[in-house]
Amino acid sequence: MTTVRVAGVGLTPFGEQPERTARDLFAEAGLAAIDDAGVDSGDIEALFYGNFMGEMAEHQGHQGPLMAEAVGLDVPATRYEAACASSGVAMRQAVRTLRNGEADVLLVGGAERMNNLGTAGATEALAIAADDLYEVRAGMTFPGAYALMARAYFDEFGGTREDLAHIAVKNHENALPNEYAQFRKAISVDQALTAPMIASPLGLFDACPITDGASAVVLASEDYAKNHDIEATVAVTGTGQGGDKMALQDRGDLATSPAADKAAKQAYEDADISAKDVDVAEVHDCFTIAEVLAIESLGFFERGEGISAARDGKTTRDGTLPVNLSGGLKAKGHPVGATGTAQIAEMTKLLRGDHARSDAIPGADVGVCHNAGGTVGSAVVHVLEVVE
Amino acid sequence: MSENVRDAGFDDLLDAIEADEGFYLRCANGHGSLPPRRACPHCGDQHLTEEPLAESGEIETYTVINITTPEFEEDTPYVTAIVDFGPVRLTGQVRGIDPDDVSTGLVVGPSIEQTATMGERLVVFRPR
Repeated sequence: MTTVRVAGVGLTPFGEQPERTARDLFAEAGLAAIDDAGVDSGDIEALFYGNFMGEMAEHQGHQGPLMAEAVGLDVPATRYEAACASSGVAMRQAVRTLRNGEADVLLVGGAERMNNLGTAGATEALAIAADDLYEVRAGMTFPGAYALMARAYFDEFGGTREDLAHIAVKNHENALPNEYAQFRKAISVDQALTAPMIASPLGLFDACPITDGASAVVLASEDYAKNHDIEATVAVTGTGQGGDKMALQDRGDLATSPAADKAAKQAYEDADISAKDVDVAEVHDCFTIAEVLAIESLGFFERGEGISAARDGKTTRDGTLPVNLSGGLKAKGHPVGATGTAQIAEMTKLLRGDHARSDAIPGADVGVCHNAGGTVGSAVVHVLEVVE
Repeated sequence: MSENVRDAGFDDLLDAIEADEGFYLRCANGHGSLPPRRACPHCGDQHLTEEPLAESGEIETYTVINITTPEFEEDTPYVTAIVDFGPVRLTGQVRGIDPDDVSTGLVVGPSIEQTATMGERLVVFRPR
């Protein structure tokens, strides 16, 4: 089985760019990744592409071939949809395809256009990642769903809005030098606590923004990288995916994310590492409480202890395990279908040493990316390691 | 979604709750679930029977939603809650109480009411 190398990565700036089509966004990220990899684009054998709300945002289904065309490729191209984990699952399928020996070079990525829908329209489009019959028709929104989990967490394990505010403050701080981030502005705990409520106990600064953007990754087999003199020092050594019941009401427990537990266990076993080996993590913090659930599922903290990790300085830039050095979804932005591979792109740069925040983790060689779909009805975890 | 087309199972449950005859589905292994189902989501058992839904349940978690979708614009703000009825939980809106007075553990009963914005049917919980 080949070791899957990350040959190159590409991102568009994340932010409000309502006039840009998804095809334009993806072309920018995809071409940047191919350029960064230094591969001949004629060697790319397929495109694995993630997108969630294309039908609602720009009346566009069947985006696989459209996106291949946008980056100038005449290859099989398939769209993967798993809500906010769409490009995470695309990544996983590409990794497996390379490992199977079915290809040597693949393009993986995702894009999302959201701001042209406006806040209400984007909220509506995001809501359909929940169960239509039993959640959407009751008025459940995505912030609402995570708010239900946040209150369940507080009731089961304790924790306060102030604990959550420290997560937002940390991720905004991390995003400051990230040229691709939507928000490059520091915030204070007090600002977070006094912001308008979206869905109690979550306020405006507990939520990620509505974002337009794209991301892409070129993956290559070890032999291809060697034979073509491609410098690819980061390998994908583990992949895992877990699932859960669609509706929160059908879950065993509302204060944990079992799908991510399963994805993490599988990815760690695959890479033959444990949570203790991880130096740095990019996790799916669509809401501050989501970061708490993620770092507990990933085994970095016991249940009930993730809530205070940012406040105690454990997950901050100078902590024992920096989380979301990119700014996370919270400050970097969350173009939902692009987020999974954006995390891979940020982590690759962090481990290669060419990320604006690489200085925070000198010598780091194991990174983990955690991408969640919906209210973690889907979860994908990847382990990236420096292999030279 | 065309008008007048029912969602089999789901609309039957709403009708039943409206008639105070709410039910849930029980599999041979005792797991509860809600229609439409052909298999238990917990164990895959395909022998499902209708059992009466308890008349009241306890709020397990809730939120006051201030930012919502166009379909609920005129309903805002509203309380969405997940209510534990024992073998199953149901998600709906809490009415008949000041949102500030809603709490975890509050005992409520289910009913079917309309949304203010669109006049669509939805599950509503009122204090019992």
